[in-house]
Amino acid sequence: MIQRHPEPLLWLLFSAGGVLSALFMPMLLVLFGVAFPLGWLAAPSYERMVVVLGHPLTGVVLFGLCALSLFHWAHRFRHTLYDGLQIKHLNEVIALLTYGAAVAGSVATAYLLWQIP
Amino acid sequence: MNRSHVYTDYHPRWLRRPVSTYWWLEKPAYFAFILRESSCVFVSWFVVYLLLLIAAVSDGPTSYTRFIEWSSTPWVLTLNIVSLAFMIYHAITFFVAAPRAMVVHIGRRRVPEQMVLAGHYLAWAAASAVVSWLLLRDR
Repeated sequence: MIQRHPEPLLWLLFSAGGVLSALFMPMLLVLFGVAFPLGWLAAPSYERMVVVLGHPLTGVVLFGLCALSLFHWAHRFRHTLYDGLQIKHLNEVIALLTYGAAVAGSVATAYLLWQIP
Repeated sequence: MNRSHVYTDYHPRWLRRPVSTYWWLEKPAYFAFILRESSCVFVSWFVVYLLLLIAAVSDGPTSYTRFIEWSSTPWVLTLNIVSLAFMIYHAITFFVAAPRAMVVHIGRRRVPEQMVLAGHYLAWAAASAVVSWLLLRDR
């Protein structure tokens, strides 16, 4: 039987999450993280948020953005711990914790988006 | 008894210099690498932040107002400003690396790297425009 390595798939998820987060997160962060809290711009009304978040297309994009960004984090964080701190003996534990957190976060994202009225 | 000879089992010695745990502090390029890689922590923080926002909206108008108020508390604001700096660094380094990871062809001709890079920046501008249009229109 051919041994299948998960690394190419994990790299693909890392890469897709990297592109999506780079495309969408800076502007989202400017608005929700800086401009709305500081009052530079008025935050959208609750009704507007429900309309935007309730749209199926927004749901799909947000799910892809959150889930893939979490896999991006998991992969990069695991490799940074590996290169930076040289803790090879903990490889399996770290992989389990990081990818496990990404899977759990993706499930939580799907659940939360499903709950939008 | 004469102890002048110490015998050890033969084992080839690897020529490996031990690397310091703090090797990434030795050169600016190494430090930039670690900064770039650390950006993923802020990406994951922002996912958590988005999920809290989504949860607040699905909980109702009061929770949403409370979330917006909470977002202006000093530590959240500071964390988000630091995150923004890392996020922009992440975006730029990812787009700069993209033409090398992605070889695009039109017909038989290879699309020049500069065009692939420009395409990514255009997509970034378009995505940012759509996000701000959705969140800032009709008021």
